Amino acid sequence: MGRVEPLLNLEDVNVHYGAIWALKGINLTVGEGEIVSLIGANGAGKSTTLRAISGIVKTSSGRIMYQGEDITKTPAHDIVKKGIAQVPEGRRIFANLTVMENLELGAYIRKDTKGIKQDMESVLDRFPRLRERIGQIAGTLSGGEQQMLAIGRALMTRPKLMLLDEPSMGLAPLLVKEIFSIIQEINKDGTTILLVEQNARMALQIAHRAYVLETGRIVLEGSAQELAKQEDVKKAYLGG
Amino acid sequence: MHDLLQQLLNGLSQGSIYALIAVGYTMIYGIIQLINFAHGDVIMVGAYVALGCALMGLGLIPSLAIAMLSCAILGVIIERVAYRRVRPVSRLAALTSAIGVSLFLEYIMMYFLGADIRTYPAGFFPERTYSIFGVTINNKDLLVLGTTLVLVIILQYIIYRTRTGKAMRAVSFDGQAAQLMGVNVNSTVAITFFIGSALAAAAGLLYGIYFNTVQPLMGLMPGLKAFIAAVLGGIGSIPGAMLGGILLGMTESLVAGFGGSMYRDAVAFIILILVLLIRPTGLLGKGVQEKV
Repeated sequence: MGRVEPLLNLEDVNVHYGAIWALKGINLTVGEGEIVSLIGANGAGKSTTLRAISGIVKTSSGRIMYQGEDITKTPAHDIVKKGIAQVPEGRRIFANLTVMENLELGAYIRKDTKGIKQDMESVLDRFPRLRERIGQIAGTLSGGEQQMLAIGRALMTRPKLMLLDEPSMGLAPLLVKEIFSIIQEINKDGTTILLVEQNARMALQIAHRAYVLETGRIVLEGSAQELAKQEDVKKAYLGG
Repeated sequence: MHDLLQQLLNGLSQGSIYALIAVGYTMIYGIIQLINFAHGDVIMVGAYVALGCALMGLGLIPSLAIAMLSCAILGVIIERVAYRRVRPVSRLAALTSAIGVSLFLEYIMMYFLGADIRTYPAGFFPERTYSIFGVTINNKDLLVLGTTLVLVIILQYIIYRTRTGKAMRAVSFDGQAAQLMGVNVNSTVAITFFIGSALAAAAGLLYGIYFNTVQPLMGLMPGLKAFIAAVLGGIGSIPGAMLGGILLGMTESLVAGFGGSMYRDAVAFIILILVLLIRPTGLLGKGVQEKV
């Protein structure tokens, strides 16, 4: 991926949950147009990294730069306005609202009625199953449909950068493939992706670059292809 | 038969007042999981503000509007000053703070305005009665029912048809996910207090007119009853709060009307206990919320 302008830059980011030191000086860049994957075991700090970027958890030190602007202290609801959307772990859709209302909430920050309508159409074109269930209470959707709704909802914010936290969690293999190809499509349409996955094989397949996290530290980084070939990565994350 | 209809009508009026208060309780609980024990006292402040307006010669509607607006602002201030900072620390801290606010409002009013029972001036709401099929209908009943109906319709509209309402429902389901959509959780909580407290003020004025009483501790009992109504209906559920309020009002009225007026309050609490034993989440409560 040559030299790309960094869209997002984490500089020595530390996060503490009470006495637990969850992120220990993370340095990470995401260039415009890239798909970057964060892989690692449970509890390595992958989700915490995304939550810190979104402003849901406070950093104890370090800087988060986005488009050259320091967003470390920006409240979560303003970070969305800057173009960073997150598809959280476990989907976190609003199960008591309809599919339509969930998508409308994605557009909560926007005022451009026309653009919202267009995006709604393109989300429903991308996920025809959501169109079929548009008036249904979101809690009644299947796991895969809920994941699509969560991604659709994030797309409705019209993000420049999309953070995806374990989008494959709990999904059947066929659906996992579908979700990953959708992520690639979204990236081709111009959205930069930072992806957190335990399914390292899939994550490395679609990513340009990747970082490997272990207990709050980045232990390896490089192009996804290179990482997939490394013996220790294979052993630890790709099942030999 | 006439007696029964009469008692049901009385119960409906009283239940409507409970419902208005219970809706505020349940909205606030739904959004921050706090039993706002000061809610009952906002009723009292609303009744006093309306009394002040009445004494200055304002009519019913402007008095109602001013009382609602003042209490809405009071509600926002209470949340900002007494709850916002303790909320993230622990629920118990916020609850204790709520009890503090309740006592503060009661005794500050007593200090400045005295503990005397006051009433609205004679011309403020001239009473009339009508007789239909042998049932006496007081225009107080019509006032209470009409006001409640209008306010509930407005509330439903706000919650289900506006952007703000959507944000409120989203925050009450999952605050963090709502934040990720760009919803400012603190201002959404403030709006909830604004609306809930405005409804409480309306209930205060209605209660004051209906029972012809305004005094600093007047919010205690209806506050407690409305809390029961909210739990009865399923705390967090707005239709539940309305249903709970009406049911409670009717039951009380029937008990009182058929010779048991001494046991009216006891019956209310017995119903609460029974419902909680048989259906702990209340009549329209949702049980444990599913979060996949």
